Amino acid sequence: MASSARYDAIVIGGGHNGLVHAAYLARAGRKVLVVERRPRVGGAAITEEVFPGFKFSMFSYVVSLLRPEIIRDLELPRHGLHILPLESTLTPMENGDYLAAWGDHDETRRELCRHSPRDAEAYDEYGRLMHHMAHAVKPILGMVPPDPTSLDPRDLLALLRLGRHFRGLGGERFHALVKLMTMSSADLLDEWFETDVLKATKAASGIIGTFLGPRSPGTAYVLLHHYMGELDGVFRAWGFAKGGTGSVSEAIASAARGFGAEIRCDAPVARVLVRGGRATGVVLENGDEIPASVVVSSLDPRRTFLQLLDGNALPADFAADIRRFKFRGSSGKVNLALDALPSFTCMPGLGRHHRGAVSISPSLDYVERAYDDAKYGEFSRRPYMDIVFPSVIDPGMAPPGKHVMSIFVQYAPYKVNGGWTDAKREAFGDAVVNTVEEFAPGFKSLILHRQVLTPADIERITGLSEGNIFAGELALHQLFFLRPAPGWAKFRTPVRGFYQCGSGTHPGGGIMGASGRLAALAVLGDGR
Amino acid sequence: MEGQAWRRWAGYVVASSYELSHDREYHAIRSAAALFDVSPLYKYLVTGPDAARLLDRIVTRNVSKAKVGQVLYTPWCDAEGKQIDDGTISRLDEGTYRLTAADPNLRWLHLNAAGLDVTVADVSERTAALSLQGPSARAILQIAAEVDLAGLRYFHLTQATIRGMPLTISRTGYTGDLGYEVWVDADHAVPLWDALIETGSPYGITPAGMLALDVARIEAGLLLIEVDYFSSRHALIEAQKSSPFELGLGWTVALDKERFNGKAALVDEKRRGSAWQFTGLAVDWESLERLYADVGLPPRLPTVAWRTSVPIYGDGGRQVGYATSGGWSPLLKQYLALAHLEAPFARPGTAVRMEVTVEHRRKQAAARVTPLPFFNPERKRA
Repeated sequence: MASSARYDAIVIGGGHNGLVHAAYLARAGRKVLVVERRPRVGGAAITEEVFPGFKFSMFSYVVSLLRPEIIRDLELPRHGLHILPLESTLTPMENGDYLAAWGDHDETRRELCRHSPRDAEAYDEYGRLMHHMAHAVKPILGMVPPDPTSLDPRDLLALLRLGRHFRGLGGERFHALVKLMTMSSADLLDEWFETDVLKATKAASGIIGTFLGPRSPGTAYVLLHHYMGELDGVFRAWGFAKGGTGSVSEAIASAARGFGAEIRCDAPVARVLVRGGRATGVVLENGDEIPASVVVSSLDPRRTFLQLLDGNALPADFAADIRRFKFRGSSGKVNLALDALPSFTCMPGLGRHHRGAVSISPSLDYVERAYDDAKYGEFSRRPYMDIVFPSVIDPGMAPPGKHVMSIFVQYAPYKVNGGWTDAKREAFGDAVVNTVEEFAPGFKSLILHRQVLTPADIERITGLSEGNIFAGELALHQLFFLRPAPGWAKFRTPVRGFYQCGSGTHPGGGIMGASGRLAALAVLGDGR
Repeated sequence: MEGQAWRRWAGYVVASSYELSHDREYHAIRSAAALFDVSPLYKYLVTGPDAARLLDRIVTRNVSKAKVGQVLYTPWCDAEGKQIDDGTISRLDEGTYRLTAADPNLRWLHLNAAGLDVTVADVSERTAALSLQGPSARAILQIAAEVDLAGLRYFHLTQATIRGMPLTISRTGYTGDLGYEVWVDADHAVPLWDALIETGSPYGITPAGMLALDVARIEAGLLLIEVDYFSSRHALIEAQKSSPFELGLGWTVALDKERFNGKAALVDEKRRGSAWQFTGLAVDWESLERLYADVGLPPRLPTVAWRTSVPIYGDGGRQVGYATSGGWSPLLKQYLALAHLEAPFARPGTAVRMEVTVEHRRKQAAARVTPLPFFNPERKRA
């Protein structure tokens, strides 16, 4: 065996959460090894030169909620992290008009005024409500979730603190929060706005990564979850990582190495070693056994518990909960190398709108219809799309004058009728570029290279079960103390010495690193 | 101040920002390339057999050691060793130097030239300067100037032409990043600007103003006259003056030089030790967050860098200094400040408290003394 050194901890999976976790453990003086299946770290946050000269954030493409304390604690800017702001959103409409949200607040209000003076005013009030709600929920993100059924004094104390926090919100805001937790995003937005294209664009962020439509209850919360990226207004937490999202992973890996962590790529783990009810190390697929006092999995809950462990290592009810945990990947990605930037009918030529997002969400019906296709096992014929041109913001992503275009597409169900085949994948890719062509005639002739990724591809490449980008659906019944299973949301598992982190654990998905950090604090708190 | 605003600089107007907010201009400095008009700098051409001797009399660094093509950053002092100004000296050829300054210095140069065979010309109006800063700066200039910049080291210069316009390119700047300043005849300034913008567009070049520059120079720990220190020439009382040692510029003071203005006082100060130190402060986030949480708000951060004097307290509650510039670093995700501290409190890591106004009330946030620069990417020198 290559290494005779005894590790304090082995982290399975070199995605951003696994790396954050390893960095925090190493920073606390632990001897840490990260084992990654693929030839490079990053998981779903990787940058690859898919086409010569053109670099893509292959999967995850925006940095939303990366915690500022992680950036500071791990000194990520010193390791090359630079997050560039993503300031505008342009929604082309089917009648040739558009709705734009710009970086400048007043300019956005003026634009909205063009559509509805009433909505322009409501927009500020709505913003304030979401701000308060995000403020109310945000402390929970930084907190290890207490179990409401536990009698452990630590849980009771945390619940008490949480209770006090919610009581402190006052009646009005508490009621608003309950509504937000239970409504559909379409219903919530109906209470505020009359402009359909505005509601559609807002609602779209409530469906990302879920197998729900804008009219499905529970989506209002997801809306808030994404809004939290914007709470830290001045931090500009929403943005692009220079060099693509792979540079976030590289920066964290570099920080982890700086603290002494060891990272081994091309090292797929076959299973976790369990002796006498406790984890004692891992076995790699090549047969190498690596002992350690603590094993931490940053894979999704299904792979963590049902693949890495023997079936009989877990209590039956827990295993059943994990089997019930929903993944239902619903999104795909199309990465394009372009000869030039496309011109949109609604805003012809080149402009600053190319520096922001272009949202293909012309109406609520459009988005709901996209869901209808998926509900019955087909990819959306005219999907909802979130488009960005990373090379405009970070010119290093493409050769000078050329561009890369990233299209996040929903819906593309994992369980598509007849299964994903090469032909189906290309048909899906065609649906995507044909729909963009409707809003930007001539766009198709600019395409130099096309990469289409279905949920099946996402699963195959990153290992995310059913290709769910959040390592488990981001739905209310799978959040907070229920993520991934009731009673086991505190990063510990029924196997002693075996811990979990990653987007499949609290507080969930997005490049935020919070679960990696919180899990590290849990490991360190247990004195391991 | 934000948005399409202009500000005064040495009798000229310069843009505060070209867009409604300076955000993108700032990020261009750190991620692509930003183009600044820095023409309002005072520029003097010093020529003649005694040119180096004159400059060596005035500034603290050793000018005669500079080779042709080298650029020196240097302060200069009055007879009491208190700083008058700071700028750069470029050795253009054997007997020709260009001095840049923040304040007018023609009279001071003439006063010091007594008995020397030297000519001093104020070329401030005749010479324009554009500053191209950021990681893509080299790639853009390389194409525009058709000159190999790979060999141009930090704080060196080279002659070049862009679209037939003769000019000087120096690897200098005020951002602490990879960057160049292009010195050109004023008549060519506008065509040069257009040429750089055109060449740089595929690389994300962005015209940038003083608000973006201010954030970058704080991250780089670079001093600003009349903000971080007072010229001893303008100071009304002794306490307003600072020596290069007190400003963290001890490295520029060549005490081995035979003589220069202020040498005796600086030798003395070096022996005694300086009373003050200029240093960085990083505000403790959790502390700031708590102060705001106490009034039910998320932390409010300055959207533009500030330039006011802010008291700094020691752990015992006594005031031990003052910050003169500060702001939020979008890159480092840290609230940073530049401060003058009594020497015993200026050691890196020392815990101090900075005054912050939270909802109209004066509070103190914990802060830690941090060595300058806050941000120092390898590409700056590489």
